[in-house]
Amino acid sequence: MSATLEDLLAQALQELANSQDLNQLDQVRVHYLGKKGLFTLQMKELGRLDPQQRREAGQVINQAKNQFQEALEAKKQALEAAALQQRLASESIDVTLPGRGQQVAGLHPVSRTLRRIAKIFAGVGFDVVEGPEIEDDYHNFGALNIPDHHPARAMHDTFYFDAHTVLRTHTSPVQIRVMETQRPPLKVIAPGRVYRCDSDITHTPMFHQVEGFLVDSGVSFADLKGVVYEFLSAFFEKDIQVRFRPSYFPFTEPSAEVDIECVMCGGKGCRVCGHTGWLEVMGCGMIHPEVFKSVGINGELYSGFAFGMGVERLAMLRYGINDLRLFFENDLKFLQQFR
Amino acid sequence: MQLSEAWLRELVNPPISTAELVGQLTMAGLEVDSVTPAAADFSGVVVSEVMAMEPHPDADRLRVCRVEVGEAEPLQIVCGAANVRVGLKIPAALIGAVLPGDFKIKKSKLRGVESFGMLCSEKELGLAKDAEGLMELPADAPVGTDIRDYLSLNDNMIEVDLTPNRADCLSVEGIAREVAVLNRLDFKPEHVMPASAVHQETLAVAVSAAEYCPRYTGRLIKNVNPDAETPLWMQERLRRSGLRSLGPLVDVTNYVLLEMGQPLHAFDADKLTGGIRVRLADAGEKLSLLNDQEIVLDNETLVIADDSRALALAGVMGGSESAVGDTTNNIFLECAFFSPDTIMGKARRYGLHTDSSHRFERGVDPYLQSRALERATQLILSIVGGSAGPVTEVKTETALPKRLPVLLRKQQVLDILCVELEDEVVSGILERLGMSVETAEEGWQVTPPGFRFDIAIEADLIEEVARIVGYNNLPQSELFMRSELSKAPEAMLELDRAKDFLVDRGYQEAITYSFVDEAIQKIIAPDDEFIPLQNPISSELAVMRTTLWCGLLRAALHNINRQHTRVRLFETGLRFVRRGGAIHQQKMLAGLAIGDVYAEQWGDNGRAIDFFDVKADLEALFALTGITMRFEAAIHPALHPGQSAQILSVSGENVGWLGMLHPLLEKQLDFDSRVFLFELDQDLLLNKAIPAFKPLSKFPSVRRDMALIVDEKVTAGQIVDAIKSCNEPMIQDIMIFDVYRGAGVEAGCKSIALGLVFQDFSQTLTDSQIDAIFSKLLAALADKTNAKLRD
Repeated sequence: MSATLEDLLAQALQELANSQDLNQLDQVRVHYLGKKGLFTLQMKELGRLDPQQRREAGQVINQAKNQFQEALEAKKQALEAAALQQRLASESIDVTLPGRGQQVAGLHPVSRTLRRIAKIFAGVGFDVVEGPEIEDDYHNFGALNIPDHHPARAMHDTFYFDAHTVLRTHTSPVQIRVMETQRPPLKVIAPGRVYRCDSDITHTPMFHQVEGFLVDSGVSFADLKGVVYEFLSAFFEKDIQVRFRPSYFPFTEPSAEVDIECVMCGGKGCRVCGHTGWLEVMGCGMIHPEVFKSVGINGELYSGFAFGMGVERLAMLRYGINDLRLFFENDLKFLQQFR
Repeated sequence: MQLSEAWLRELVNPPISTAELVGQLTMAGLEVDSVTPAAADFSGVVVSEVMAMEPHPDADRLRVCRVEVGEAEPLQIVCGAANVRVGLKIPAALIGAVLPGDFKIKKSKLRGVESFGMLCSEKELGLAKDAEGLMELPADAPVGTDIRDYLSLNDNMIEVDLTPNRADCLSVEGIAREVAVLNRLDFKPEHVMPASAVHQETLAVAVSAAEYCPRYTGRLIKNVNPDAETPLWMQERLRRSGLRSLGPLVDVTNYVLLEMGQPLHAFDADKLTGGIRVRLADAGEKLSLLNDQEIVLDNETLVIADDSRALALAGVMGGSESAVGDTTNNIFLECAFFSPDTIMGKARRYGLHTDSSHRFERGVDPYLQSRALERATQLILSIVGGSAGPVTEVKTETALPKRLPVLLRKQQVLDILCVELEDEVVSGILERLGMSVETAEEGWQVTPPGFRFDIAIEADLIEEVARIVGYNNLPQSELFMRSELSKAPEAMLELDRAKDFLVDRGYQEAITYSFVDEAIQKIIAPDDEFIPLQNPISSELAVMRTTLWCGLLRAALHNINRQHTRVRLFETGLRFVRRGGAIHQQKMLAGLAIGDVYAEQWGDNGRAIDFFDVKADLEALFALTGITMRFEAAIHPALHPGQSAQILSVSGENVGWLGMLHPLLEKQLDFDSRVFLFELDQDLLLNKAIPAFKPLSKFPSVRRDMALIVDEKVTAGQIVDAIKSCNEPMIQDIMIFDVYRGAGVEAGCKSIALGLVFQDFSQTLTDSQIDAIFSKLLAALADKTNAKLRD
């Protein structure tokens, strides 16, 4: 190798070594290997030599050029690796920082409870039906076998608009509205707001009920017991102790109150169950013949049962909520607990 | 109904514990609310007598007594009570006694004088909240007897929460009958010997409203002793039944009311003019009641009157002018049957509710009057003395409640209860309940007794059988139901989906009262005719909401006052409006947003929410249904006039509103930041388009942008409408990507930049084709909005 060529190679390798980034590296490549590059010029110079010399000199130049190219490639890879390393380092983040964007909110616990109830009954084909909240006294009382001045009316603490228009005191009027327009077999649940003129620690003037009823031929009290038991077990997701107590509702006969073993103490007795071990959760019974009469269903051909439950009550038991009034204050600290 | 367990057990005494007894009652439908001991726990207290008494040498108010307690020697006890005197019988707590509150009695010295016990007041024994002095016992109280035995204090007060159908259990005898049935014991109310008439004086009784008062009985009892006192045992039974002692005559009537369930009334006979008239009141007639209330009667109200005036509100309350008192010598004792329909609602009409009205409106046994009158007479004669006259009875047989036989079919019992019961079991239950039972072809003919007002149909009898057998002893069927395929309606978006969507977009569901403050209602929706409640619970909950915003704004304030700066809420429910006299109940979905777009987070400087953030939420909600809605600038009284939009369906129906709360309302309601509100009609919102497939184009789409200069008043909606009015099928999409005001744009104008996407189904569009469409669009834009292309 000529001294000139050796110098050239040494100079080229030095420039390679001095390159800081891929850009500089490319400039060095062009400077030596480009169309007007120094190695290229060397090759062009060969034309002036005789063929024998040209071949030898050419080999030497090629050798030098190859040596440079290998170094160039190595340098390129080193620089690319460094660049990648640098990007990785510079783009490293603290993955424990919280994510950004919109936060998800939640449904009201009453909605959540209503949905579960509806879902349990929808599974066996109950339809969900809603009704008006401002109701006439016929649908709220009369058709349900609660005549004027009946002591049972006094139990309802009714809100009135005029002598015959009320805020419904229960969801039972939906039972009447459905039976007025549809014939058995009927399987319906009617969820919604109901109103009683009463407000203290354990009463709010508005609350929610779910009324359910089934009318068909040959429906028995045993069927009612079965449905109520299955529902409560499904709602509380355990095989729960249920008992039926005789009670009185003008629109059912026989009538029953349903107690479950206290879900707070497992029936041992605590403050929530008043140390009885039992919690009252719903009322139910066989639909009263007078009710069938008022909607024109033949009570000799058909029988049916109805049940009604307080949604806030069930939600309180399910989630351990200890104050009814929280449901309607809409305090975010309360609501956000139900996600 | 509250009663004494000991009293009950005197009538029927099954060999079961208190807990078992109470459990039986509850499970038979007579729900026991509470069981409370008749007296607090204490021991070591006996009946004693003060034999001698001398002043304490060193204390003016103390006495040193020698007290006989039934032991070998009288005890020396120091006492400070004012009523202590020689010969007085009082309870004495002996050394070692433990009084309520775990107070132990020890030998002590009071101002240097030894005392071997303590003389007690009712308060100290836990029998009363207050006491003025020592508890004075009757002179015949046997010295040395344990006071708990003497006063039968080992007793419980049982509170039964009776349903309105069980009027027959509003007495100790009634509950005893139930207990007997449940334990298969025999129970017959005790026969009462009629008092023989010592004098023949009577009062004329005229019943002019026989259907209201089918039976009226009464008698004069003369020369009662006005100084007599109610015996301790009766006082105690009244106390344990929740009644105060009010003098022997009233106490006796109350006692019989508790014992038999029959309300009675005693008039001071010397205050009556002429005879008794049972009649409807004259409208406007006045009556002063025992509770010092003066009422003005209407002509539907039954009264007991004499020849000159109304004396008592029949079946509800006596009058003050004819009431018995400390000076009464002669009484007229009334015992009547008023029909439930007469009394129902009457007490409430006058704001009253009494033990008497409670029983009459639910139904008193119409065959009980003679026995109850004799029982009361017997008690009066034995306690206050006097001489009884003959009983006057005015009865209208036809008006007495009829108890018709009810057919109970065996098959029906089986069908409803799903249990095979022996015939004797069924008939035995019914007979013990006081029914008369005759065998019939299909089962039994059952005639209920007079005291059962709640048995009229077969189902009532089935309930009685089920109740006594025990609901929990009846079978429970496996869930068997006709099964049907479930429905899957697709043209309706489920409300739950819309609710979930809002939850996912950060809106928390709220549930607020349907009735709101009238003032807020008027501020927010001054043009709506709202519906006021006749009997609201408070002025804050007095009128039905015509918009869900009333409740949401209040809920938002509640949270803002509790350090929340960012609130997003939604609610679903009815709004109530009166239109043309008719009440409309419309299902709505409403929301509210206050504060920043996002909750405070790192790497974000925070941006206050604006109209378009909420609009984007609504547009995304509408996208769930596949139906486009139009937003049009419109004025709403609650909203900022420059930031409110009416939302219209394709066919022009009003779906709802979106906007910023008007700054004046913002201030009036005490908000310190902007509030965005929306409210949508659920029925219109939830209509859903079932997707209809359109073929896909194989040819590429082309995008072209245009920047238009328009007057500030021209809306983006008008520009898009102008483009759409050309009905160019090639236009696939129109998007607005910039709105600019400032340098380069004339004042009073703005630049709106749009991107248009063109595509054809049969060819790749050429530049010249698109140019042609573009010029057509620009012409339409110039024509409709005066828009010019920006240079």
